[in-house]
Amino acid sequence: MSTLTDPPKDSFRLSMLINDTRYRSLTFQALAFLALALSFMYLGNNLIANLRAAGLNINFGFLTDTAGYDISQKLVEYSNQDSHSRAAFVGLLNTILVAVLACVTATVFGVIAGVLRLSNNWLVSKLMAFYVEIFRNIPVLIWIIIIFTIMTAVMPAPRAFRGDNATATMVFDAFAFTNRGIYTPLPWFANGIFESQALNWLLVLVVACGSWFAARRVNVWATAKQEATGERPNTLPMLLGIWLAPFLILMLIMGLTWEYPALKGFNFQGGIKIGGPLIALWFALSIYTGAFIAENVRAGIQAVSKGQTEAAAALGLRPSKVMNLVVLPQALRIIIPPLISQYLNITKNSSLAIAVGYADITATLGGITLNQTGRAIECVLLLMAFYLTASLLISLVMNVYNASVKLKER
Amino acid sequence: MKKSVFFGAMTVAGLAAGAAAAATLDDVKSRGKLNCGVSTGLAGFSAPDANGEWTGFDVAVCRAVAAAVLGDGNAVEFIPTTAKTRFTALASGEIDMLARNTTWTFSRDVDLKFDFVGVNYYDGQGFMVPKELGVSSAKELDGATVCIQTGTTTELNLADFFRTNNISYEPVPIETNAEAQQQYLAGSCDVYTTDASGLAATRATFDAPDAHVVLPEIISKEPLGPLVRHGDNGWGDVVRWTMQALVAAEELGVTSANLAEMSGGTNNPEINRLLGSEGTLGEMLGLDADFGAKAIAAGGNYGELFAKNIGEDTPIGLARGLNALWTEGGLQYAPPFR
Amino acid sequence: MTDQTTNSIAFVADGNIPQSPPPARETGVVKWMRENLFSSWANSLLTIVAGLVIYMVLSGALPWMWNGVWTTSSLSECREVLAGEVGGCFSVLSERWNQLLFGFQYPQDQYWRPTLAFVLLFIAGAPVLFFDLPRKMLAFTAVYPFLAFYLIWGGTIMAPIVAFLGMGAAAFVFQTYGKGSFALGFFGAIVAAFAVWIIGGALIPEGASETAMLQAVPSRDLGGFMLNLMLGVTCVSLSVPLGIALALGRQSDMPLIKWICIIFIEFVRGVPLITLLFVASVMLSYFFPPDSTVDLFLRVVIMITMFSAAYIAEVIRGGLAALPKGQYEAADSLGLDYPQAMRLIILPQALKISIPGIVNVAVGLFKDTTLVSVISMFDLVGMIRGPILASTEWAGVYWELLGAAAILFFIVCYGISQYSQWLERRLATDHR
Repeated sequence: MSTLTDPPKDSFRLSMLINDTRYRSLTFQALAFLALALSFMYLGNNLIANLRAAGLNINFGFLTDTAGYDISQKLVEYSNQDSHSRAAFVGLLNTILVAVLACVTATVFGVIAGVLRLSNNWLVSKLMAFYVEIFRNIPVLIWIIIIFTIMTAVMPAPRAFRGDNATATMVFDAFAFTNRGIYTPLPWFANGIFESQALNWLLVLVVACGSWFAARRVNVWATAKQEATGERPNTLPMLLGIWLAPFLILMLIMGLTWEYPALKGFNFQGGIKIGGPLIALWFALSIYTGAFIAENVRAGIQAVSKGQTEAAAALGLRPSKVMNLVVLPQALRIIIPPLISQYLNITKNSSLAIAVGYADITATLGGITLNQTGRAIECVLLLMAFYLTASLLISLVMNVYNASVKLKER
Repeated sequence: MKKSVFFGAMTVAGLAAGAAAAATLDDVKSRGKLNCGVSTGLAGFSAPDANGEWTGFDVAVCRAVAAAVLGDGNAVEFIPTTAKTRFTALASGEIDMLARNTTWTFSRDVDLKFDFVGVNYYDGQGFMVPKELGVSSAKELDGATVCIQTGTTTELNLADFFRTNNISYEPVPIETNAEAQQQYLAGSCDVYTTDASGLAATRATFDAPDAHVVLPEIISKEPLGPLVRHGDNGWGDVVRWTMQALVAAEELGVTSANLAEMSGGTNNPEINRLLGSEGTLGEMLGLDADFGAKAIAAGGNYGELFAKNIGEDTPIGLARGLNALWTEGGLQYAPPFR
Repeated sequence: MTDQTTNSIAFVADGNIPQSPPPARETGVVKWMRENLFSSWANSLLTIVAGLVIYMVLSGALPWMWNGVWTTSSLSECREVLAGEVGGCFSVLSERWNQLLFGFQYPQDQYWRPTLAFVLLFIAGAPVLFFDLPRKMLAFTAVYPFLAFYLIWGGTIMAPIVAFLGMGAAAFVFQTYGKGSFALGFFGAIVAAFAVWIIGGALIPEGASETAMLQAVPSRDLGGFMLNLMLGVTCVSLSVPLGIALALGRQSDMPLIKWICIIFIEFVRGVPLITLLFVASVMLSYFFPPDSTVDLFLRVVIMITMFSAAYIAEVIRGGLAALPKGQYEAADSLGLDYPQAMRLIILPQALKISIPGIVNVAVGLFKDTTLVSVISMFDLVGMIRGPILASTEWAGVYWELLGAAAILFFIVCYGISQYSQWLERRLATDHR
């Protein structure tokens, strides 16, 4: 609006600025800049005036204050004496955790459903079509609530496991499925080489990496031999040995033991607990996004022209090889770009965790911290900054990958 | 009131409204409606009934203020707020006062720049457990899973209580009371904790209320009261003294039944000042002389409101306890009207 | 058959063998089942598994639906009627249907207004969605937003009339001057619209809304599924023009404008809608002038419109990119300037390609309107999670309510996506 009220003073310069293509784009950009600057100034002014009237200020100092609340689902050490920023960090890790888990399972669901939807089994393909339609057309928030409700209502409470006439029992005496979450045995090292369990696990990882390198060398050697002599030596026993031997020896030395969950007091104690809210959110996001990925997969496979399949068959490739070597690589190129945006959607939809009480960053920083400190502007800004960074990083990584599988056109 | 063109157009369309920061009282009068922030639904305190009418103890405070200022207890626009949005709504002027079972704390009063104008309900955080667990004290809750309704000071009190008693717990923070209740009933938490009044209200809706007990420990002080923006003392006074008028009315025996009779004038000068037949108290606030009488007429005195909304004859069934008059051993105490 | 023995010739057929019926395994149901359900052992396994899944779901759901109770007034009554049998308490739907559809605050005797607006929506939307209908119907589409506003919000009829006149003035100015110079017409139209609004706004008397024919309903009284529909329709229709502008801006060769658009689009697409709604509910009020407050509904509309505009911009950018470069060059060689080229050559084609994508964004957006329940608006999900489940009568009813919500959304979203597929097929024929 303001751009209209103060046009350039010189009238015949005005016509030049508008009509002369050399200047026109500059004029427009100057006007746009002016409009932008003015509207920012306007909003900023309002903000300052409002804050002054309310006697508030923008101050991120609250982040170092004691948070004072507890979080049950945490990947790093946290107690209620830690700061709000630490609580936000715990929430951030939880967001990443559920997003990564859901991306993996959603892809699995999506690929299975997408392939089955093309199956020539009428019942299965209809069932998959039903799955896709029903999940795509109902809001994810409703799904999250429904799945969380199913979880709490259908799964047994821990107290159902108690007593002589318990209505629920543990599976193999090792896994307990309750409405508070799933409890599984926890592996740990009785006489580990290092004091901390984490370092011991790191050692396991290092050994596994070593095995992987050794296995690669064996494969390279076998390929070289095959090319030289035409016969591929049987590498299976060797590979098995390379993978298993160091691992088993390490486990024996460090004394791998399993800690089983057991009902003590109010809850199961020991073992690994995968919390109910996490499972509900994880499952809901996976199955919802899986429906979208299924459509992408189906579209990708159908987009590979039939001539390609026929040509591959004419070359004498077996059906599994046709799929792996001809159809999938081409379908992937079509599937991956929408897949990226589905992964982004999962990350963003994980913010609905507040509906199930999962302590992600929206629930910690944008929820309890915001409520307790009343610092709405600061919290929301930080929250948006986090999601923006996460989204940009995911698109960056996936775009790099996309570029690497893209058809190289020359 | 100076408004920009854009907002002029929007106001005509009914989508925006002017609200001056300077004098809320004038704003409310010129608008003809009181914008009162309430919670999105807590039985007994503020919840819409089947016809969409807001009822409850907090709602009654809003109605009393509206009656005192505008002479009509129904001239209230109830604006539902969540724990998250309530303070912004008040600070930005979207609502004139907030009556949403909000605990009076130092930082809210000082740091967030609000004024708590009184306490309409003295509450404290308690625990509810199923009877079959056989728990008789909150100190036996080591290792329990606790459902919390988020957004109040509940999380902090809970953490403090378990830390001072050196026992552990697993918190499950839930947004709405209805969902927390569902989690608790399904046994996905052992304990439900919120303000004792909320526990009573929740327990009242259960199929078998007797199967659940509220533990004796009250682990915090929760003075709940209405609040207004800091700095507008005139408006703060209006809300404060309207509330006190309700308490004073109970103290002086003024009820909605005998209000009309007493308004004519009595032998007790304090009643006369309260109801406006004597003195100029209303004028000092910028209200009509009989603002107290109007506030009481909107729903009754403090005791009547309590009995009607959350008292022992309602499904909520709360005893007066700390909220009895000071003359009966409680904490409700109205400063003198003179 | 008998001829064979009498004739000396070893074999001469002098008649057709009567057609024998095909083997049982090659006809009818059996054939169909063999081909479609049991063609291999893996397929049979899949069929059996799928059948089991279907059986389990139906055996649980059907008795529950069949035994449903529709007439009680509270959950405890309903449980008494059921007396321990499996069955749904659908009476929550028959008792609270009005709250689910219209929210709990919309005046009950005025329900015909939003209902009428909803019905008229189909008439107004038809010419936009189906190209074969007479173009004259678009006139009603142009009037519809103002009519719907008047019906739903009520109040003085002057407000929508002034708004409509403003838009009319803008259209007139654009028609008159836009042919000569697009910029002149465009900015002139904006000036004209605001001039009419300001003058008209000043003419409306102060208390007009109180004495109006239709009772004024403040927007915080809107709720239920109506709120979802209103947010969806309003935000999508507002965000299409904004999205076109953003998409063109992103394609622009003016670096400043291009970067403004890129930053805006990437920013909005990078954050979840829920944070934008937090902005609407807890931050946005601080950015409006100190002497005014803006309705939460309007704040939410602003944020959702921004959100969907960014997504629609990306869809349209895809459409623009899919046009062959020859189209741009042809427009240039005809001597058309930028607005003309866009209006007459590029956008009609690009938009046509983008329509299915836009419809998908619209479906997604409509589903996302349920998120407003998180910021204390009583949409369908908000009504369920808030007043209904918090009431003493119905605390504890989940499946019936959530199922009803799911069905309502499914009907609308599935309908739109079917339309989108129909449209895709129709548009595809043009390229054959």
